[in-house]
Amino acid sequence: MDQFPALLLLAPLFAAFVIFIAGWQGRNIHFPMGVLALAVSAASCLGLLFQVMAEGPIRYRLGGWAPPMGIEYYVDHLTAMVLVVVSAIALVNLIATRKLIEDEYSGKVPVFYTLYMLAVAGHLGIVVTGDAFNLYVLLEISALSGYALLAMGRARAALSTLRYLFMGTVGASFYLLGVGYLYIMTGSLNMQDLATIIPAISSSPAILAAFGMIMVGVWIKSAFFPLHSWLPGAYGDAGNPAAGLIAPLTTKVMVYVMIRIVFTVLSPEMVFSIPDLSNIIVWLASAAIVLTSFSALAQRNVKRMLTYILISEVGYMVGGFWLGNRTGITGAVLHILNDAVMTFCVFLAAGAIMYKLGSTRFEDIKGLFNKMPLTMGCFVIGALAMIGVPPTCGFFSKWYLVSGGFEAGHYQFVAALIMSSLVNIILFFRIFEIAYFEPFAEGHGHGHATHTGAAVDEAPWSLIVPLMITAAALIAIGLYTGVIVDNVISPAIPADIV
Amino acid sequence: MDGIFQELIIPKYNYWAYIVLMMVGLYAMIAKKNLVKKVIGMNIFQTAIILFYVSIGAKTDATIPILYHDAVHGDHHAEEHVDGHGEEAPHGEIVHESADHGDEHGEAESHGEAHGAAIQAKDYINPLPHVLMLTAIVVSVATLGVALALMLKIYNRHQTLNEDEILNQLSSD
Repeated sequence: MDQFPALLLLAPLFAAFVIFIAGWQGRNIHFPMGVLALAVSAASCLGLLFQVMAEGPIRYRLGGWAPPMGIEYYVDHLTAMVLVVVSAIALVNLIATRKLIEDEYSGKVPVFYTLYMLAVAGHLGIVVTGDAFNLYVLLEISALSGYALLAMGRARAALSTLRYLFMGTVGASFYLLGVGYLYIMTGSLNMQDLATIIPAISSSPAILAAFGMIMVGVWIKSAFFPLHSWLPGAYGDAGNPAAGLIAPLTTKVMVYVMIRIVFTVLSPEMVFSIPDLSNIIVWLASAAIVLTSFSALAQRNVKRMLTYILISEVGYMVGGFWLGNRTGITGAVLHILNDAVMTFCVFLAAGAIMYKLGSTRFEDIKGLFNKMPLTMGCFVIGALAMIGVPPTCGFFSKWYLVSGGFEAGHYQFVAALIMSSLVNIILFFRIFEIAYFEPFAEGHGHGHATHTGAAVDEAPWSLIVPLMITAAALIAIGLYTGVIVDNVISPAIPADIV
Repeated sequence: MDGIFQELIIPKYNYWAYIVLMMVGLYAMIAKKNLVKKVIGMNIFQTAIILFYVSIGAKTDATIPILYHDAVHGDHHAEEHVDGHGEEAPHGEIVHESADHGDEHGEAESHGEAHGAAIQAKDYINPLPHVLMLTAIVVSVATLGVALALMLKIYNRHQTLNEDEILNQLSSD
């Protein structure tokens, strides 16, 4: 019980070594081992969530070393929620994509699982750590394993990933530089310790410079609007099992880091009182939402289109957070949860389509409702959540964001949200139209002579069941939004934000 | 003009050096078409930050943070102690404090060992940034490794490392 914070990180890390060594010796224990490790991790995260809800924030000393010298893991409501999201999605994706992984990475399966475990450990570590430098190290662990996972995709993947690597390294370096400035000013790297030292020197330009650099670094990593150019290529060209893990998680985890830095390291009142800063960021977020929605319109491939929607969702979260009022921040935090699950849902559906058709281009998905009714049904639920139709969860976070925008007087943000919802309607209904009304293209793609357009040919059950669970979760999260907001999100937001 | 030079550039040369290096690296990453040159730029960029960290641990007239049994530093000839970045630095004072902060624990632990002789944090450079950079160096080596592996994959496929040529090949596919 007391060791949950260490266990949730060590289980996948340990599994990575075991899987690698076993795979090297030709033994195939990767799947049970991976599922076991991620199940332990997810159970620890759930346990932590209940522990935090019962007792308040938990501070865990790694190796028993006292902070600020030792590294501390800090778990509050926000951390616990993001931990549960990350570990659950990682586990479900691993189970769902078993066949896809064997299909897509034959010969490299144990290596893929090793990298997968490392990436999960990195993401969980970023969330749970309470040490600014440790966060950098875990950021790079997740990023490096992520590069390797993404690069195992199709022909373009290597170049796209190399571009992501350049951008990602610059982002992480900016973060590191910002931490260096904080260290010069305070002599500490522990976030809680920093929080006690910084208020006395918060007017110093060096602190502001540190804050600016950390934010730029985090925004590059989370693909916030002007810094997003790496994302569509890196995620769009990657293999589906890798994209299914990284696309829902990385951007959300980085938005979490932004919130953590503002809430814990600096104080919200200091950050939100920097003149014009929040205005500029909300404007940028509005521009991000509108422009990337229109970029999505130009795509002729389901997966590519989803990557642009993903960027516009980052705009929702960053903009909602910088509205600076309680409603907006609640919306942003809730959207971390919702967007992670709905992105996962649509990417998994796209993975299933890719597995069956070998393509996700619009011209290849004609008549798909007849061929893969369950997959497309789940895709529809995911799409409705992204559009924001009640009772799916997407509606509720959007509602909070819109009300927050009105409260803060940022009408352009409200307009951008509504515009983006409208564009999402066009985006997804265009796909529905192609896949529902247009007859299945005979002889296209694989060109099997025996193809009968109407025959049901679903993805394997091991994929369909997790996909259906995810789609059901979208509705369940929507229905229980009130419970989640009251018990998890409200306590996560500092009381002085109104 | 002279004042600016005296106050902003000379005492803080280490910061200027890291900024210049960083910009060199960034320029290479943006402007060069050859992927190897981009990777070299990325490495320069990372090294600049490593140098920045190493330089903030340095102090004038300070030595490596190892305590000898017979404390050889009885005479504290460093009353007008200046750290490496100049006393005029707006946060120069705090740099000292941060060093103190970092060394307090070491001091407390080793009091007995050093025969109770007063151990001043200002006599020792701050080792923590250097230790942090050991990790950062490992990270940058790993990044370099991944980047080189990706380039190998690209080269095997396209027989070139020029980004424009690769994009041409990809678009004609």
